[in-house]
Amino acid sequence: MTQSFRLESGGLINRDKKISFKFNGKNYYGYEGDTLASALIANGVHLIGRSFKYHRPRGFFGAGVDEPYAIVQLYRNGETEPNIKATEQELFEGLEAKSVNCWPSVNFDVGAINNFLKIFLPAGFYYKTFMWPKSFWYKIYEPFIRRAAGLGTASIKHDKERYEHKYEYCDVLITGSGPSGLASAYSAAKNGAKVILAEDKSRFGGTLLTSEVNIGNQSGKEWADSIISVLKEMPNVTVKNRSQVFGYYDHNMLVMSERISDHLPKTKKFHPKQRLWYIRAKEVLISSGSIERPIVFGNNDTPGVMLSSAAKEYMKVYGVLVGKKPLVFTNNDSGYETAIEFKKNGIDPIILDTRKEPQSEIIEEAKNMNINIKNSYVVVAAQGYKKVKSADIAKISDNKEELGSIENIECDCICVSGFWTPTIHLASQSGNKTKFNEDIDAFVPGISKQNEKTLGAANGIYTLEETLKDSFEKGNQLSKKITNNENKVSFPNVVEKKSTVHDKFWCVPLPKGKNYKRFLDFQNDVAVSDIEIALKEGYRSIEHVKRYTTLGMATDQGKTSNLNGLQLVSKIENKVVPAVGHTTFRPPYSPVSIGAIVGREVGKHSKPTRKSPMHSWHEKNNAVFVDAGVWLRPRYYKRGEENLFEASKREAKNVRTNVGVCDVTTLGKIDIKGPDAAELLNRVYTNAWLKLPVGKARYGVMLREDGIVMDDGTTTRISENHYHMTTTTAQAANVLSHLEYYLQLVWPELNVNVVSTTEQWAGAAVAGPKSREVLKKLFPNSDVSNEGLPFMGYMEADLFGVKAKIFRISFSGELAYEVNVESDNGYFMWEKIIEAGEEFGIQPYGTEALSTLRIEMGHVAGSELDGRTIPYDNSLEGLLNKKKDFIGKRSLSRKAFAAEDRQKIVGVVPLDKKTSIPEGSHLVKDSNAPLPNPKLGYISASCWSVEHDNPFSLAILKDGKNMIGEKLFVMSPLKNKVIPVEIVSSHYVDPKGERVRS
Amino acid sequence: MLHIKCPHCGMRSQNEFSYGGDATVKRPELGKEISDQDWDNFVYNRKSLRGKHWELWQHLSGCRQWIKVQRDTATHEIFKTLKANEEIS
Repeated sequence: MTQSFRLESGGLINRDKKISFKFNGKNYYGYEGDTLASALIANGVHLIGRSFKYHRPRGFFGAGVDEPYAIVQLYRNGETEPNIKATEQELFEGLEAKSVNCWPSVNFDVGAINNFLKIFLPAGFYYKTFMWPKSFWYKIYEPFIRRAAGLGTASIKHDKERYEHKYEYCDVLITGSGPSGLASAYSAAKNGAKVILAEDKSRFGGTLLTSEVNIGNQSGKEWADSIISVLKEMPNVTVKNRSQVFGYYDHNMLVMSERISDHLPKTKKFHPKQRLWYIRAKEVLISSGSIERPIVFGNNDTPGVMLSSAAKEYMKVYGVLVGKKPLVFTNNDSGYETAIEFKKNGIDPIILDTRKEPQSEIIEEAKNMNINIKNSYVVVAAQGYKKVKSADIAKISDNKEELGSIENIECDCICVSGFWTPTIHLASQSGNKTKFNEDIDAFVPGISKQNEKTLGAANGIYTLEETLKDSFEKGNQLSKKITNNENKVSFPNVVEKKSTVHDKFWCVPLPKGKNYKRFLDFQNDVAVSDIEIALKEGYRSIEHVKRYTTLGMATDQGKTSNLNGLQLVSKIENKVVPAVGHTTFRPPYSPVSIGAIVGREVGKHSKPTRKSPMHSWHEKNNAVFVDAGVWLRPRYYKRGEENLFEASKREAKNVRTNVGVCDVTTLGKIDIKGPDAAELLNRVYTNAWLKLPVGKARYGVMLREDGIVMDDGTTTRISENHYHMTTTTAQAANVLSHLEYYLQLVWPELNVNVVSTTEQWAGAAVAGPKSREVLKKLFPNSDVSNEGLPFMGYMEADLFGVKAKIFRISFSGELAYEVNVESDNGYFMWEKIIEAGEEFGIQPYGTEALSTLRIEMGHVAGSELDGRTIPYDNSLEGLLNKKKDFIGKRSLSRKAFAAEDRQKIVGVVPLDKKTSIPEGSHLVKDSNAPLPNPKLGYISASCWSVEHDNPFSLAILKDGKNMIGEKLFVMSPLKNKVIPVEIVSSHYVDPKGERVRS
Repeated sequence: MLHIKCPHCGMRSQNEFSYGGDATVKRPELGKEISDQDWDNFVYNRKSLRGKHWELWQHLSGCRQWIKVQRDTATHEIFKTLKANEEIS
């Protein structure tokens, strides 16, 4: 296809470089420097998608970030991305894009039937219709709505691109490189301030690229280019294009997304696709400019209706005509500039001006060029379905309420200008109290909350000279404050054409007998009639109207719709616009890729894996691993065709009969030193610690202040003022913070230091009746006999030249030892244990066997210490010292915690001794009781008892103390199981605890 | 993201800190008789203040010190930070 709407010359594109691309399967050509939008328009393509609700044909409305509906699905380098604005996507060789929101195709869309049913799709339609029958929601309504609506399809593949985060600090951050951004950046930089200048588009200069002005004897564009090249050379300045500051957060932190590779066919090697900048700025200058406002009229969403500033930008920047028979519909002088540009390119436009007799330099110029100007005229409705074919126009009365007779004139595009709306999103996000400016019918920033100032058009200043003066001045003042330097820059001579006041006209009345849709919000299909209905139904607050009608929502955030919506509400409500107020502007200003937000924290980078020093041994010996927090622990060691159940049974059995070894490196370890260490432990743990002798370990339980068990573990007195504390794997970090809290804030008088040593020590638990034999071989020079190293004893010993710590403690309930060596020697220790244990039948065991052993022993762990239980519930009340106070003690005397029938840990065995009991099941008295069946307790942990060879579970049961011997039912509705069970003691094996002392 | 001045390390980003609740709550002395009501006030009852509030933060990924921060809960403005052993004035 030929580019029949491309001008012979002009624009900032590179005509030497042709670029091929595909849209909806068809091949086209454009030039380097085009956007997808400009290239499509050059090829005469205006039908780009379907609207959100009514599936009406949609074309282009803007030329950049203001675009509400030219949203496409992009295909690039084997990946796909939704929600891409065609007006922002730069063209690259091989680009492929497709329309969204249409089925089966953009030309023939079944959903367009909604357009003819629109009387049934009023505001709040979804709320009203899909309420009943309730059962239809998940199966019918929601899937249908999801398929029919939406702005594209997210890829379900892993995103192979790389995204980076960067943290930056600067003196002055300037958002936008139009005249105000350039001037303020220049004067701030001259004063030596550290400046970041961010430009959303690929080209710097903003409106200077499209306006007919002269600065210091240069064209606007030449001046912009020269300032940018000076700034780029300055070491204190960072200049970034394709970078949008999209959010203004607390404490002057702003976030900017830099699109590094989106304009390339493929991301370069070692380059990220996008980079997110977290910028802390001392001062922020918002120079985000303004967006042209539409005028509301019938069928104003027809492809070919667009902002007049966009039409001008397509001509001046891209050398593209949006139409060859243009109609310019305006209430101010901006429309004339567009018309003049058409005329200069040999096209005859017609101007419809709502004003009666406006006079200005610009209007004079248009008249001198013989442009057809119709004053007091409006467009009543656009005609044409997939593209504008003609317009119904009429004269409008001076009070703007009566239409004259309707005439139909042929045209192929309608360029609309309803004056300008400052882009105050960033200022508003910062907490700035905006105020309404009557002169421009728009909100402008008011009182600042953070260190920000708004410049130029974003502040409602629409003349270049005033903008530049103000911006040079602000840049100078703010930077001077920071750097104490002042290098004043001389103010250039500015030539611009003078314009006159605009007409406060924004909505064309409906002609008699017609009910054209007049759209306010193009992205969300919100028309004048929708707002009218919402107000009729009693919605008053603008925030409620927004949510009920979806006005100003989604990715568009009301860029073009906001003010017209407010005008309408204030008119119906008979209020002034500032009384209605505006809705909250929320970040991001425009959509940000999820990938950019996540950055490098994907896959294993989001949760780094911790491995013990023995990890490679486990790998070599067929360990199957399980995640334990961020740690990887062996769950079981697979032999032959064994499954989890068989392997864990074998491993646990071997501990009960011979000896096993388990990697316990992951246990939290805290080194505690200081003369008051014993006193700290005595306050933190529930039992007594002051008399623990050196060389002895003790089991302890710590509570939160509310009496709930926080953690348990053993702590060993290494020497007079030195203790070694162990915590559970999961609570290690919390316990350290807990100790630091009390030491720093509550009892600063205690002279104690705590530090985590979890990673400094590798640990192995050697457990089983034959464990002492293994220890004897490992430590031939130490006395590890029952007398030399009794239960809860501790000694330091030599492990073939390596210093080792031996703790005689047991989680399995067997005779057991935990051997610790410095992490670097962990692998060596492990190999030595395996070697020494060989003749005694040693086997490594994983967390599954570990669980089995502790469950049948009735030892509590994380599933019982779950943040809901007190010591009594876990049969740990024997550890509550009556003589001393400790953290959480006072809470235990609260009524519920001292209740006679308080829940308590029990053992549960199925009557048939065969059926496994699912963890989390409920215990009930009567399995046939009507629902809700009163729950007496819950199963906290289940195993297959290797000692008794039948299933065994632990449960937390109401009045557990008096329930031993009772017959109850376990119910698991999830697994559809009802199991008759008997309640037994939680100590199912060796209830007297003889083995650990043997 | 807040910018918090750690009295030990200087201005640091919020993601290095963890929040620790009301800094004005005093733990009752150990071993001292206390009524149910007073104990409940210490453990559970907190005012959800709008406005200036002294709160605890721990510089978890920094010096690990607990600090006191005076912050406006509505505007997030931070007025003052203190070391753990400095009294709120």
